[in-house]
Amino acid sequence: MFYQESGQFSTRYAQDRRVFRLRQDRYGLVALLLVAFVGVPYLGNDYWFSAILIPFLVLSLAGLGLNLLTGYAGQLSLGSAAFMAVGAFATYNVELRVPGSPLLLSMALGGGVAALVAVLFGLPSLRIKGFYLLVSTLAAQFFVTWALTRFSWFSNNSASGVISAPRLEILGVDLNSPVGRYLLTLSVVVALFWLGKNLVRSELGRNWMAVRDMDTAAAVMGIALFKTKLLAFAISGFFLGVAGALWAFTYLGTVEPHGFDLNRSFQILFIIIIGGLGSILGNFLGAAFIVLFPVLLSNLLALLPTGLIETGQIENLQKMAFGALIIVFLVKEPEGLARLWQKFRERARLWPLRY
Amino acid sequence: MAHTQATKVEHLLVLENIGLSFKGVKAVTDISFAVAAGEICALIGPNGAGKSSLLNVINGVYQAQQGRIRFAGEEHRRMRPHDAAVRGIARTFQNIALFKGMSVLDNVLTGRTLKRRSSWIEQALRIGRAAGEDDRQREAAERIIDFLHIQPWRDTLVGKLPYGLQKRVELARALAAEPRLLLLDEPMAGMNAEEKLQMSRFIVDINRELGTTVVLIEHDIGVVMGICDHVVVLDYGRKIGDGPPDEVRQNPEVIAAYLGTRH
Amino acid sequence: MEFFLEVLLGGLLAGVMYALVAIGFVLIYKASGVFNFAQGAMVLFSALTFVSLLERGVPFWLAFVLSLAAMVLLAVAVERVVLRPLVNRPPITLFMATLGLSYVIEGFAQALWGAQVHGLELGISDEPLELGGMLLSQFDIFAAVTAALLVLALSLLFNKTRIGLSLRAVADDPLAALAVGIRLQRVWVLVWAVAGFVGLVAGLLWGARLGVQFSLSLVVLKALPVLIIGGFTSISGAIVGGLIIGASEKLAEVYLGPIIGGGIENWFPYVLALLFLLVRPAGIFGERAIERV
Repeated sequence: MFYQESGQFSTRYAQDRRVFRLRQDRYGLVALLLVAFVGVPYLGNDYWFSAILIPFLVLSLAGLGLNLLTGYAGQLSLGSAAFMAVGAFATYNVELRVPGSPLLLSMALGGGVAALVAVLFGLPSLRIKGFYLLVSTLAAQFFVTWALTRFSWFSNNSASGVISAPRLEILGVDLNSPVGRYLLTLSVVVALFWLGKNLVRSELGRNWMAVRDMDTAAAVMGIALFKTKLLAFAISGFFLGVAGALWAFTYLGTVEPHGFDLNRSFQILFIIIIGGLGSILGNFLGAAFIVLFPVLLSNLLALLPTGLIETGQIENLQKMAFGALIIVFLVKEPEGLARLWQKFRERARLWPLRY
Repeated sequence: MAHTQATKVEHLLVLENIGLSFKGVKAVTDISFAVAAGEICALIGPNGAGKSSLLNVINGVYQAQQGRIRFAGEEHRRMRPHDAAVRGIARTFQNIALFKGMSVLDNVLTGRTLKRRSSWIEQALRIGRAAGEDDRQREAAERIIDFLHIQPWRDTLVGKLPYGLQKRVELARALAAEPRLLLLDEPMAGMNAEEKLQMSRFIVDINRELGTTVVLIEHDIGVVMGICDHVVVLDYGRKIGDGPPDEVRQNPEVIAAYLGTRH
Repeated sequence: MEFFLEVLLGGLLAGVMYALVAIGFVLIYKASGVFNFAQGAMVLFSALTFVSLLERGVPFWLAFVLSLAAMVLLAVAVERVVLRPLVNRPPITLFMATLGLSYVIEGFAQALWGAQVHGLELGISDEPLELGGMLLSQFDIFAAVTAALLVLALSLLFNKTRIGLSLRAVADDPLAALAVGIRLQRVWVLVWAVAGFVGLVAGLLWGARLGVQFSLSLVVLKALPVLIIGGFTSISGAIVGGLIIGASEKLAEVYLGPIIGGGIENWFPYVLALLFLLVRPAGIFGERAIERV
């Protein structure tokens, strides 16, 4: 009733193509952005910025990066963390070795280097498919962390490859406070999500899905498979690389190569499984889930009488719960939280009627 | 087989001595025939006669080990699917090969990939040629959707459509590429009489109104004799008949191998 | 030269271990089409169960039987909770489900038995044995013989019994197998249980070597390149692949390590597997399917 679409007709293709075709959705988006950019900085506290919101935003972006490759283009990858690491270390080196390079440019260059590395490990996708491709992305995962640890040039000769954040500053505005880091992360993430949404709705996005669904038919349609796949690797690598730089510099502050190990890759894969493969919104939902779930679980366990569960067991329980949830989602809702949200919206559009 | 077509026809597609085998098993042996521009040509023959393999050779999904293909006056020894698409060959598949996770409209739009001029960067940033082109692509796709009467399902995921409609969407996708040659692999398989009639009409319309040359594989002899200008008969990977429908149906070898008894 | 041979043989024997993990993987892949990432977790779980029982004073054979029973229970649970509801879903979905499964099994194993490292003594001394002028570990030879016996037993099971026949039928064509009255679900339970058994043997051998600890579950990461080289569907391929990976990894570490830096055995097998893929995409023993459209 409040969510009516009556009277809203598209009279031109451009209107029909809009991301948010309904007026109330557009107003909703504006309101959400206002809250995120203005409301939250006023209301939030440092704990929320540093421990919840920033990691949530960065993981959403990383999820988007992997989702473009796996959810849209259908190329399975277990090397996301490696591309994040490349992005973080490349950004660090640009800042270090090109004095005066603006922060955003350094991050874009870092993302660009990650894109190149992703293309390199994506090259075998021309000849191999499916599970075989896991080998290539796992090779990236192990090789990159090894190389970053082994060659200390990457970390400016620091012990065990640890790197620290450069000064976060844009046009003279100091962004090193929690709220500053939050706003920086938010801006980058919003911009890249806009780009990502445009991409998946464009020709390239359709070609990705075509390759995912039936690559022989895609080739017969005249879609250049190799180019389409490599672009998926490159763009995914870019998004992951920027996410890695944000992870290192706006979230953690200091990071070592092993902060980007295989478990991080799994975490990002879990975000897109839970959030929804092939969905843009799903990345936010999945990331929110991954960030909030451990917090909720430990709060919940704290309610139990002390001594019932040892603190060391929490990690094991969390692991089991995550694993079980993955299976539950794959069985019950393979399209993830995004699909649940969509179902809810369809109900809302018809409310109070049922059909 | 006497080739009894009018002496001066322009051939869009010419196959010469095509041979194809898989691990030593011959699928197609020494096949030659020509398809005139603007005709509807049927490939018929029992199961396993090599019809689909031949179609796969024509648009480069399989590479023939022997022989040559001439398309639109150009000769190709090796052609990949992408090259075939660029030269104007589109097709449908025996087992529907739609992109199941995409809507009908998006499926049809993928057919127009090669008509796109703007780069992916322009499209991602919504600058330059991208916006105007989106409108034109959409208009073209909508024309085809109208032509094949699938407007009501425009936004439906193709995986959710019934079989007959999926076949039609696949035809729409192939047609969206504005092909010169349309290859249809059993476009009417599994349809009832009414659906077959409708599909036949679409094929004839495409041929007449758009001037598209069609090569199709079909088992229903009634349909073949009804709509085709030219029939090629295969058996065990060899050509045993080639000519206008009436002539082919008189051919004793064809009758023996395929039609079984005289009607 | 002698040093080279010693490194090579040492590598080959390590490869036997990889092969054992890979065999469990091949069994499951063949019979249920599942790319089982949880095979490593199964190795960990079985070995951890065994060693924990042993430490609690359970006699060796009883501990072995009980661990095996745990693996059978696990197989039943996996069939009920994962395989049955996901039947007919794309392979990638099943793979991701086994990723979740590996988390569940690892978390469960550690919650139940703790996360500390357990020593395991199988009563085979690790004293080097001199054979033809070369020093070889007695234990490695024992491991190789065990692996050989296991493979022999498996091939008897598959080729000489009715169970094996239905197993091969399911691997070949699940629908046809169903049509002739083979109960798919029973076959799946059986295969997962056998894979669990193979995992137990692998876990004991590895555990006796390196201690029973979490890193056992990471062996699956070594099994993947093994499978790429050997092909996903061939037990002999898994063995040959394991030997190739084991040997080349050790040789690379010894001869290449000093040049480009140590610790390369983490990624070297993957690069090797990638090179292999570019030359023979279906592995040594795999058959390349003809794509039909």
